Amino acid sequence: MADREAVEQEERTSLAEELGVRIYIMGKEYRVPAGLTIMKAMEYAGYKFIRGAGCRAGFCGACGTVYRKEGEYKLRFAVACQKLVEDGMFLVQLPFAPAPRVSYDLEKLRPTENVLLKLYPELARCVACNTCTKACPQEIPVMDYIQAALRGDIKRVAELSFDCIQCGLCSMRCPADIKHYHVAQLARRLYGRYLAPKAEHLAQRVAEIEAGRFDEELDRLTRMGKEELSKLYEARQIEEGVGV
Amino acid sequence: MRIAYYPGCSLKALAANFDRSARAAMGALGVELVELERWNCCGTVSSLTTDDLMRQLAPVRNLIRAQEAGERRLVTACAMCYNTLKRAALRVEAHPEELAKINAFLDEEPDYRGGVRVLHLLELLRDEVGFEAVAKRVVRPLEGLRVAPYYGCLLLRPRGVGLDDPENPSILEELVRALGAEPVDSPLKGQCCGSYHTVAHKEVVARRAHKILSEAASRGAEALISSCPLCSFNLDNRQRLIRELDGSFAPLPVLYFTELMALAFGLEEALSPEGHYVDPRPFLEERQLLRR
Amino acid sequence: MDKMGKIDLSAKELQEEVEALSGQRVFACYHCGKCTAGCPFASEMDLTPRQVLEYIMEGRVEVLNSRTIWLCAACFTCTVRCPNGIDIARVMEALRQILLRRGEDSLDLASLGEEELPQIALVAGARKLIG
Repeated sequence: MADREAVEQEERTSLAEELGVRIYIMGKEYRVPAGLTIMKAMEYAGYKFIRGAGCRAGFCGACGTVYRKEGEYKLRFAVACQKLVEDGMFLVQLPFAPAPRVSYDLEKLRPTENVLLKLYPELARCVACNTCTKACPQEIPVMDYIQAALRGDIKRVAELSFDCIQCGLCSMRCPADIKHYHVAQLARRLYGRYLAPKAEHLAQRVAEIEAGRFDEELDRLTRMGKEELSKLYEARQIEEGVGV
Repeated sequence: MRIAYYPGCSLKALAANFDRSARAAMGALGVELVELERWNCCGTVSSLTTDDLMRQLAPVRNLIRAQEAGERRLVTACAMCYNTLKRAALRVEAHPEELAKINAFLDEEPDYRGGVRVLHLLELLRDEVGFEAVAKRVVRPLEGLRVAPYYGCLLLRPRGVGLDDPENPSILEELVRALGAEPVDSPLKGQCCGSYHTVAHKEVVARRAHKILSEAASRGAEALISSCPLCSFNLDNRQRLIRELDGSFAPLPVLYFTELMALAFGLEEALSPEGHYVDPRPFLEERQLLRR
Repeated sequence: MDKMGKIDLSAKELQEEVEALSGQRVFACYHCGKCTAGCPFASEMDLTPRQVLEYIMEGRVEVLNSRTIWLCAACFTCTVRCPNGIDIARVMEALRQILLRRGEDSLDLASLGEEELPQIALVAGARKLIG
């Protein structure tokens, strides 16, 4: 049995190499070369992205998408520019997650226990189903930070949500209509503005700069020619073990 | 004694004084409340339809957290968390087919196997610590202080979930006596404060609270104790609105039962003005129960 | 507030849906009125709790327009006192759910005032009043 499965798997792999990977875009079958990302595969099939595509490097969160694999009951989630197509994938493009961000003035807000709930009262509707976490392509414990937001723990929200790329898949899936990634962004802003320990050496250095401690050196650098600058750059001190 | 503790959201925010006083008072009795890791909101009100398993996910997930920690018991201070967690625990024990569905949905969690018992702090005091031990720990007896116990709904009802006789409870009275104070009985001690109507129908809540507070005051109560952040909010903060409706209404301090315990145990630092609309300290200072 | 305009429900469908959602036998009610006598919100209601049961038994779907079903805060006083063991709080919840499941919310989170409310109030309100 296992042998037959292995043979079949091998056949499928070689088929994919020869004839391409069989994918379905909005229900229509296409064959594309193996090794393409979802985004590139859709472009190969003739789709053109005007929106819903950004950095193409997995950071900007513009291309959050869903797909289903043949024979599976679960929907899967990814950023389209990162996930490679597999044989039998059902694809679609989600152009945008319509989740309005509340308008606020950070300087007028305070990091109180209720500030997140006040601006995003739908937090109160969380049923702890964890669908958001399952939808996150960044593997963030989204439900955990929403629960922390509900009880006003801004620091924890900021920490847990740090890797969020704002693709919006959590909010598209939420049965309670929570705007998770906007809540998290607000928490990180509040944390940065009011709660994070201040970097004292930074303030000190800024004060030194303002006091003119580096004026002379800066003047020297700005007066240098390109050749001299290059020489100086090449000769700069490099920490041991740091790749360039 | 160490016991797994579920604080609930409100005790982490506007009702932090409930959490603080609960830890302090129980600590003084040798009970360490060990906060559950990664707990989530219990869902507050228990959902009452037959097909509402989605709304049982939140409480069951907390029971799984207790199970993961190897705990067989989970104690709460908040009456609403207590009611909702306990109802869910009892429901899945009685309906294994529902538990199977819930476990199947929660496929990222270990299965809940049942068997976590949900307790309220008052039950722990009555059944394990004992009110005698409570009385022994008192360093400043609240002599002559007339306190009205307020149970509200969720400590008492429905039958089988509540921790005392739903029509004639006595657990808070016993606690008040153990602390050296005098319990003031009121026929409204188990009547609803108006609950979540405080969000959109404040005036309904103010009328309810007015009745409950006036009844207790007319029987000589100088303060009222509660075990629920929502009851306390409605009975305390809504006094502002009650004053608008009835100019002759005299403010009545509302305390958590754990704050009264902390006071009698000499843990004054656990009694802060935060979390109170009617500051209880001036009146307690006047009665020489709190140092100025 | 007329929520009935959009809801097409026959007398029988109302009765069946209430019994299915609540798991209660509404027809066990013999109208003693203990539910009403003990209800702390009765004075604020348009229909008393007993009348709500009567309306359901008579198949009067206008019960869904009643202020009573939203005023009930599930305090369970009626539930513990009903001599026929009807969990009336569940009947009220079923009536609310009939509306909520058809998109008829009773609370708008966007219109909350400036007041600082405890989490417990907002979560409870959202659960009971929003579908």
